[in-house]
Amino acid sequence: MLARVIALIIKELISLWADKKTRYVILIPPLIQVIIFANAATYDVWRVPISVWNEDLGSQSAEYIRGFSYSPAFAPAPDVFSPAQARQVLESKTAAAVLHIPQNFSAYMLSGRAAHVQLLIDARRSNTALLIGNYAAEITAAYAARLNPAAAPPVDIELTNLLNPSLESQWFILPGLVVILSLIMTTLVSALSLAREKELGTFEQMLVTPLRPAEIMLGKAVPPLIVGLLEANIVLLAALILFRLPFKGNLPVLELCLAVYSLTGVGLGLALSSFTRTQQQAILGAFVFIAPAIVISGYATPVDNMPRAVQLLSLIDPIRYMLVISRGMFLENLPASVVVAQSWPMLLIAAVLLSGATLMVRRSIS
Amino acid sequence: MSPRVQRLRGLVRKEVLQILRDPSALLIAFLLPFILLIINGFGMSLDAHRMKLAAVVEAGAAPTRAIEQALDASPYLSVYWAPSGQAARRALDTGEVRGILTLRQDFAQKLERQARWPAVAQLAVNATDPNTARLLQGYVTGAFIVWLQDVAKERNLSTGGGPVLETRFWYNPELRSTDFIVPGVIAMVMSMTGTLLTALIVAREWERGTMESMLASPAGMAELVGAKLGTYFVLGMGSMAMSVLITVFVFGVPLHGGLGALAATAALFLVFALAQGLFISTLARNQFVAAQLAFITTMMPAIMLSGMLFDIASMPRWLQLLTYVFPARYFVAAVQTLFLAGNIWSVLIPNLCGLAIAAALTVAATLAITHRRLD
Repeated sequence: MLARVIALIIKELISLWADKKTRYVILIPPLIQVIIFANAATYDVWRVPISVWNEDLGSQSAEYIRGFSYSPAFAPAPDVFSPAQARQVLESKTAAAVLHIPQNFSAYMLSGRAAHVQLLIDARRSNTALLIGNYAAEITAAYAARLNPAAAPPVDIELTNLLNPSLESQWFILPGLVVILSLIMTTLVSALSLAREKELGTFEQMLVTPLRPAEIMLGKAVPPLIVGLLEANIVLLAALILFRLPFKGNLPVLELCLAVYSLTGVGLGLALSSFTRTQQQAILGAFVFIAPAIVISGYATPVDNMPRAVQLLSLIDPIRYMLVISRGMFLENLPASVVVAQSWPMLLIAAVLLSGATLMVRRSIS
Repeated sequence: MSPRVQRLRGLVRKEVLQILRDPSALLIAFLLPFILLIINGFGMSLDAHRMKLAAVVEAGAAPTRAIEQALDASPYLSVYWAPSGQAARRALDTGEVRGILTLRQDFAQKLERQARWPAVAQLAVNATDPNTARLLQGYVTGAFIVWLQDVAKERNLSTGGGPVLETRFWYNPELRSTDFIVPGVIAMVMSMTGTLLTALIVAREWERGTMESMLASPAGMAELVGAKLGTYFVLGMGSMAMSVLITVFVFGVPLHGGLGALAATAALFLVFALAQGLFISTLARNQFVAAQLAFITTMMPAIMLSGMLFDIASMPRWLQLLTYVFPARYFVAAVQTLFLAGNIWSVLIPNLCGLAIAAALTVAATLAITHRRLD
């Protein structure tokens, strides 16, 4: 029996590797994606173009504005001189914010009075808008402290950023890419291998061989598993070598978790292709499941931000669990209890999907 | 009727019949966008309301009570009052809270006497997700500022000199991230459906050899490509209309711009996406490779490089230049502007030009490559 299954696995691997285009698609795009997306996926806010509308003639406004010029968060945009112009630069996205300094600002500052400074922010991109507001508040506080060094503020907040001290977006995105790219590949490879045989009619031929349904499933499951692990490790290596991410966890444990996780992808692919008749339907099915699964997994935006119903839905999303493990393994030595807590739901999902797919195949025989 | 028109009519009829017979095309055009919009619209949110924070108060004296109230009152924070530092640390490790705020024993004493200011509060944040970490820091600082203002009012203190920053958020005063994400999702949906429609369906024709037999018919290459693009174009515009309806009526995103401008933007982008799908399928001639290429060249750039979620201005310079290659960038800029700001021609015209150029180039490239493939 073992020999039969091994023969089937070898056959599957050969048919994957034989096609030159398929080979490229498995190896090259992940690398390109890692390099491009790791650089693109950033919520960092810096070099935001800001226009100044300065009605003050004194030196203090220049001093205050210098705080903005020196901050890496802002980059200068053309000055404006009227409300209409301010509206126009914001509308056309020439500037993302306009700082309005009133008349007599310098005089007020030097005589110890308060002056209202207005900051107009283009909030079309709400996240950036919020951060711009925070940075401007920091710069304003720093200027006030320089102006009045004797008066200490009543409270100071001492901030520590744990696990990712310099707030690198790449440290957040790359461990996620390890997880996402491998699942896309595993699901597609497994969905298509069965669907192709069905479409070409070779599936019937396979059913008349001495192979039992469970054996066929095993033979169909192992090659995508290998491809998925290969994919994950390509991204992992790229993250460590090209982007110098730390890796503080336990590599064998991560690989083991990745294997369990890839099984869910295999299960999804096989289950999908057992319902579909053509490769096209299998691919579509894969898209229909994977695209939302990525969105609700917490890969790009935190699960905590989602509505309750979507949070509940994400409980059956294997990506959600693997993301926690992958991010934890890179940035900290994830406690065993967390690894176990995240692994068993994946095992359960894989078991349900794989047995469902096997049942379907068994039914198509009888 | 000239034979040319007749042929074209026949070809369109064939495409329509094919669409009606195989549900795949309708699934791609309507079911897929529907699912994607609903899931993305509800699922993708950068608004962190009620972010979980553990607070450890070692002091217990009166002045901190007011701070506790200010923290509890913040709509952005959900505070867990941890009995001890260890309990808070455990909650942080298991991911139950995003950060820990600690007020040490001497905090209240220092706060009492102006000479010993500032009293220091410690905030430790789980920075695995840098964006959330920054927001949490901002929210905690905000809660403290609210408290300080209350204290100043209560004790009738003058706030002293210095600038008072008043911040106004334009175009999206409630800072709903849905308002910019959902129009972005339309771009993602359109690039995906547009490309998949042609990529998968035509790849299958190549795989089965029916494309070759079509090419052997008296119909010219331009007619074949035209009939395919035309039929799928109508389907794609239908899916665009549905997406806009969902955006406005399900997610309540205001549409400030005109429908005509929106339709023109969508039409240009759709021609590009459909032609790209044809291009991919001709190049790949294999459904697996076509699906992978479609995913990599449309879906991923539409999410990552279009400015839909991540700000292009914050990317490294070389990557900013690269985004100009992907038309999703122009589409997202135009659609976001049309929804949130209106018909701002200084934004729309450059982006529409970008889309038109991309569409023309892709159609030309598709015609060229299909010719070559016949040899």
